[in-house]
Amino acid sequence: MTDKLLQISNLDIVLPEGSERDLAVKDLNIDLSPGETLCIVGESGSGKSLTARALMGLLPAPHVRVEKGTISFCGEDLTKASEPRMRQIRGSEISMIFQEPMTALNPVMTIGVQIDEVFRYHADMSKSERRQRAIELLEDVQLPDPKQIVAAYPHELSGGQRQRAMIAMALALEPKILIADEPTTALDVTTQAQILKLISEMQTIHKSGVLFITHDFGVVADIADRVVVMQYGNVVETGTVDKVLNKPEHPYTKALIASVPSLVPRAPRSRSDQVVLSGDKIQKKFGGGKSLFGLGKPNRFVHAVKDVTLDLRRGETLGVVGESGSGKSTLARCIIRLLDSDSGNIMLDDVDIRALNRAEMRPLRTKIQMVFQDPFASLNPRIKVGQIISQGPIIQGQSKEKAESRARELLDIVGLDERAFNRYPHEFSGGQRQRIGIARALALDPEILVADEPVSALDVSIQAQILELLDQIRESMNLSMVFITHDLRVAAQVCDRLAVMRYGEIVETGATGKIFENPQHSYTKDLLAAVPGQKWDRKVAG
Amino acid sequence: MADFWKRFSRNRQAVLGLIILCVVIFVAAIANIIYPGDPFLYSKFPLSAPGENGFLLGSDSIGRDVASGIAHGAKTSLLIGLIATLAAVFIGIIFGAFAGYYGGIVDDILMRVTEVFQTIPSFIFAILLVAIMKPSIESVVIAITVVSWPAVARLVRGEFLGLKNREFVQACHTLGMSDIRIMLAEILPNCLSPIIVIGSLMVATAILIESGLAFLGLGDPNVMSWGFIISDGRSMLRVAWWICTFPGIAILITVLAINLVGEGLNDALNPRLRERN
Repeated sequence: MTDKLLQISNLDIVLPEGSERDLAVKDLNIDLSPGETLCIVGESGSGKSLTARALMGLLPAPHVRVEKGTISFCGEDLTKASEPRMRQIRGSEISMIFQEPMTALNPVMTIGVQIDEVFRYHADMSKSERRQRAIELLEDVQLPDPKQIVAAYPHELSGGQRQRAMIAMALALEPKILIADEPTTALDVTTQAQILKLISEMQTIHKSGVLFITHDFGVVADIADRVVVMQYGNVVETGTVDKVLNKPEHPYTKALIASVPSLVPRAPRSRSDQVVLSGDKIQKKFGGGKSLFGLGKPNRFVHAVKDVTLDLRRGETLGVVGESGSGKSTLARCIIRLLDSDSGNIMLDDVDIRALNRAEMRPLRTKIQMVFQDPFASLNPRIKVGQIISQGPIIQGQSKEKAESRARELLDIVGLDERAFNRYPHEFSGGQRQRIGIARALALDPEILVADEPVSALDVSIQAQILELLDQIRESMNLSMVFITHDLRVAAQVCDRLAVMRYGEIVETGATGKIFENPQHSYTKDLLAAVPGQKWDRKVAG
Repeated sequence: MADFWKRFSRNRQAVLGLIILCVVIFVAAIANIIYPGDPFLYSKFPLSAPGENGFLLGSDSIGRDVASGIAHGAKTSLLIGLIATLAAVFIGIIFGAFAGYYGGIVDDILMRVTEVFQTIPSFIFAILLVAIMKPSIESVVIAITVVSWPAVARLVRGEFLGLKNREFVQACHTLGMSDIRIMLAEILPNCLSPIIVIGSLMVATAILIESGLAFLGLGDPNVMSWGFIISDGRSMLRVAWWICTFPGIAILITVLAINLVGEGLNDALNPRLRERN
């Protein structure tokens, strides 16, 4: 067994008393060979991140600690290694990249100084050698103009560049094992594709073993050699990527894979041609204001929505897709009048709602409602669920009794127990909270629902349930929906038509099937090409 | 509520503070029973040491009972502290809520006004106000309120700034809720915890300011207070140490107790780990 880089046997990690379960990780057995990529997949709370931390000796002791089992790294048991020895190993032999490169890098130190630190602690090199090596590393990770980046601070780089710098740092001493904890989750899909490619290239060069932690089966399909599926701290299935993805055995793995939305668009539905909402040349700029008394320089402004024209027909779902910063959320907020747009028309039936003031807008609020992204931030923690749902109709002049009995009905419609009525939001899970948010939006019997990334904060199995719920209510209540998402897989399953946004502009619109088959704009092509796991999709489909 | 109490009682110092505070409140409440009559009433036994002539904590230069003065002074201190704090919190919430919620020009104007109050050292400002208004219990309360509300306004403004862009507030906008209702019913309940904490600590500060004013002779001359006794005994510190010492200790432990309770409230109301688990 000595040719294995890493051998974890019977590992138990305990959680503090009073947690949901006693063991974060139970009886874990995994191994890793040189040059191999092992993916640990699981939903939130499955114990996958704690496993990585245990390897690095970075568990938040004393409350969370390794109870029993061994972590054998080239024959040495890391659970018994001393702290000085662990410091030697960290960075030089096992290194780690994190999910959010902005918080993993020190904001007050330049990239060069931070890479330099790695050498200063672990290697005996002169100052000029170290600087030379840092520049080489940045070149290796394909960062443009390494000499400038050495002197740059983290906030001066984009998310993708920061993650490249993190990788450069992690690879500085050619570690035998690279642990990557959701390294692309915070990145846009096109950047993600580049980073994944970079990691696998680096691995080929350095022959290191990569332990890749992710929740995304598309990513797994693209990079893994072997896969470990975890649920509630237990390993439910292990095997080669082909076996786990294409012939899963455990019911949980099967369920997980079944909930990954397919890239093959849904069959087009028949729809009416009646336009319920249309936007014409909507503009929104941020900033550009002057400071008090008009002193000083005017602020920089961002053109968040540029000349956007779109229409929504009765009963259809219009997807607005784009990467972060494309202005899709701003557009949604302009449509629902949370933000005032600068110019253009927003016609709801025959009224231009852009021109209305708040009082005039109030009665029209019943027609158009919103579902928000973050199920934790979108419900007031101090107000009971029943009140959250019923307060909309009460504001609009319904009697309290009527609104509350409707709220109870809605709880049932969104699949929650009626007892939820008298409980507070914090007693519910993310998926349940999102159901409450949907019930709140439905309480006013709207004709149009604007959903801003309604499933992006949820685990894949919950995501599938919420999408199904949205589909059901759309059918039963004949809703028209504007669906904002960055996830093309979700868009393929939900939307009848798509509008692709970049830098505040709609670059392409069309039926979902058409866009997926035959994208016209080069940006749409890039986006589609970057979706992870396409080969696997094709295999499943054909 | 039971949950809150469990977290509060985990902090032993806070429980100790609460016990001391309860004792002080109890003494203040029964002051008229254990020491009936006017605490300003003098006797034939000036400068009695503690325990002599039936004076538990001694008597002052004209024979007034120090223990009686402390008991009656407790009522004054606690009442002034409480009323001034409530008033300051009320004004602070109004200023902070409007400034934080509306932002822009409203924020600019309200915060510049707040800053005017903050630029003047608070104790000197309080002295000035009482001196202008003539010393009375009302003027002391007003002075303390005027110097303490800006801190609350800043805090509430910060909380409102952070909360007004949260999605649950946006959801209220999409339902067509009015601004006043969003501020009072949706945002305010979410910043009660820090307001309660700062309020409890402000009671302690108010007691200190009141004692300081009374020490300088700016207290209400008809109301017994701890600062007044200390001021009165200061010239005789070397011959009759007890006159200054006992009210001094009373101020010390009361302020300490309130601070401990405030810290405990802070720990119990703001457990950063409680949400999102």
